[in-house]
Amino acid sequence: MAINPKKHEMPTQPPLERAKNFREVALGYSREIAVKEAQRCLNCKNKPCVEGCPVNIRIPEFIARVKEEDFEGAYDIISTTSSLPAVCGRVCPQETQCESKCTLGIKFEPVGIGRLERFVADYHNEHSNKIPQKAEYNGHRVAIVGSGPSGLTCAGDLAKKGYKVTVYEALHTAGGVLVYGIPEFRLPKSIVKKEVETLKALGVDVETNVVIGKTLTVDELFEMGFEAVFIGSGAGLPNFMNIPGEALKGVYSANEFLTRSNLMKAYLDEPDTPIMKGGKVAVVGGGNVAMDAARTALRLGAEKVYIVYRRSMEELPARKEEVEHAEEEGIEFKILCNPVEIIGYKNEQDPRDSKNGFVTGIKCIKMELGEPDEKGRRKPVPVEGSEFSLDVDVVIMAIGTSPNPLIKNTTSGLEVNRRGGIIVDEGGLTSRENVYAGGDAVTGAATVISAMGAGKIAAKSIDEFLKNK
Amino acid sequence: MYRIVRRKDLNKTVTQMEVEAPLVANKAKSGQFIILRVDEDGERIPLTIAGTNRDDGTVKIIFQIVGATTEKLNLKREGDFLQDFVGPLGTATHLDGLKKVCVVGGGVGCAIAMPVAEALHDMGADVTSIIGFRNKDLVILEDEFKACSDRLIIMTDDGSYKRQGNVTVPLKEMLSGGEKFDMIITIGPLIMMKFVVETARPFGTPVTVSMNPIMIDGTGMCGGCRLTLNRNGEKVTEFACVDGPDFNGYEIDFDEAMSRGRMYFDFERRAHERVCNLLKGVK
Repeated sequence: MAINPKKHEMPTQPPLERAKNFREVALGYSREIAVKEAQRCLNCKNKPCVEGCPVNIRIPEFIARVKEEDFEGAYDIISTTSSLPAVCGRVCPQETQCESKCTLGIKFEPVGIGRLERFVADYHNEHSNKIPQKAEYNGHRVAIVGSGPSGLTCAGDLAKKGYKVTVYEALHTAGGVLVYGIPEFRLPKSIVKKEVETLKALGVDVETNVVIGKTLTVDELFEMGFEAVFIGSGAGLPNFMNIPGEALKGVYSANEFLTRSNLMKAYLDEPDTPIMKGGKVAVVGGGNVAMDAARTALRLGAEKVYIVYRRSMEELPARKEEVEHAEEEGIEFKILCNPVEIIGYKNEQDPRDSKNGFVTGIKCIKMELGEPDEKGRRKPVPVEGSEFSLDVDVVIMAIGTSPNPLIKNTTSGLEVNRRGGIIVDEGGLTSRENVYAGGDAVTGAATVISAMGAGKIAAKSIDEFLKNK
Repeated sequence: MYRIVRRKDLNKTVTQMEVEAPLVANKAKSGQFIILRVDEDGERIPLTIAGTNRDDGTVKIIFQIVGATTEKLNLKREGDFLQDFVGPLGTATHLDGLKKVCVVGGGVGCAIAMPVAEALHDMGADVTSIIGFRNKDLVILEDEFKACSDRLIIMTDDGSYKRQGNVTVPLKEMLSGGEKFDMIITIGPLIMMKFVVETARPFGTPVTVSMNPIMIDGTGMCGGCRLTLNRNGEKVTEFACVDGPDFNGYEIDFDEAMSRGRMYFDFERRAHERVCNLLKGVK
């Protein structure tokens, strides 16, 4: 049988329809398509895809089960290494990980591994009532700081080994960036909730509304009887550009804009938490967070949304799929330009004018690409005299985040690097005894799956350490 | 869920609640704040901690009904529960080494000024309290201030109780009269704090102000509470939730803070009306 050179298309909501609602964009493979896509896998001997996965999912094995229509069997294989399959199937950048290594991909399009993973996880969530087996308590307690992807993964792996795990979350809902950051149309909140429920069924305690570094310190966790602590507190601090006008009303960090919409449900018709809806919006930045913010603004009713990015389309750090989705939905890319000032309304005659202090526009300068920098990316340089203005009502800064210093400041002996990231060894151990860390708190803003990988490594180190204690 | 253990109406629009939150009560210091949600899907609002009781693990909050969320909060009775209650957030007020202090409170801000005055009094500092209200009916915590102040001056805008005028009037008289304070600590409406700073400026007395901007998470994540500070001729951005809520009053750009505080004015007015209309149906 000849191999289909192309991946089976992912069914999606039509662009103009989905741009007006918060329902999931990608609808997922049907059973039939999933089996057909699974048949494209060559089941090659050296399995390069497994190496490409930060948590080393046994990819060809689970795909073989899909081929046989044993979807629960496929799920069992995935869940031996991944605690969040429904999440990863949706938000992992497979094109630069597992799928980039796929043997089939040398000649054709690689196997749609992510789409198959998502199908298997969704099938399981829909059909299975299996209650996960609680492991027998091994007498050791571990505290996890933060309930994002690294914390949940670390918690899941340890709970399966019999550890009594407590996860502390600063916000009122567990999930970290999966809840406050990634929008509903890319990752439905019900899926995150389900994954958290599964962990609870494994015996993990989740304590919301506890800010480690404030409500409790890392030292107090040890006093409470925890024998190891994993810090997965993320990279929560938003960066700004430090240009004039950033304090105007209508300027948001992407964190704030997305948190208002996602966590605080400002997208509802009569929300309790306000957000500026409608009008014209400029999102500054080119990563996945910028795409999320732009597409959220569109769904909240914006008449026009721009992405302002200082390099060219080729350098956009966002996933290709997200960029394509954004373009299809009508988001306009203003590439090779950089904001120099945000302009606000000012009625000199009437200081009480209610429009005073609100954003009216953003002044940008055109850029061109110069010499490559140390990372090999060509450095954008401003083109003199090329300033121009865009009329906008809202500006969203999506130019990255830094690790939150709350824990560093309250934990003596915890060393961080120049950028505030916690320093760890290859096993995730920090400069403090029995304190481990992983995810964005270590690396600065990165991906969900790399954070999960770090949570996994730390869980293994914690297990080895406590087992031999 | 967090139980409301005690509740007291301080005046028609200002309510005091003591909420069971032992972890917060254990840690809280004066000047720090909590964030609460009244119900599922509710807004997160920051409120400065007005006191703690470590014996029964309660945290005291005092709030004024200003919008939809505080209106809903005010409906809660003793024994009811709040959805979320997290803290203590922010940094504590620095009181170390202060010997003579003037505490200036305005309106519901007095609820937060009072524990500061109390802490100073307990440290053995000489405390002058100037507290101001719009009128007699709105005066709160008079006895409590009396108990912890060496000198208490009460002002009302309309003169319906004690002395008529703004809190800056007696402050200016004292400073002009040659009185020296190690620090003026002021908590109240932005416009009042701005004028306290302006009153103190010619005399060079240090002023600490307590900022309460719009915020969501309270841990530095959203940046919504950012303030522009003029520090040694340079503009610096800081977050009230982690760097504050206390700031050097001379550094704050009050006009910007006041403008940002009105960002959702229309939304808040509509939301408040909606809740009030709902309540009409109930009552």
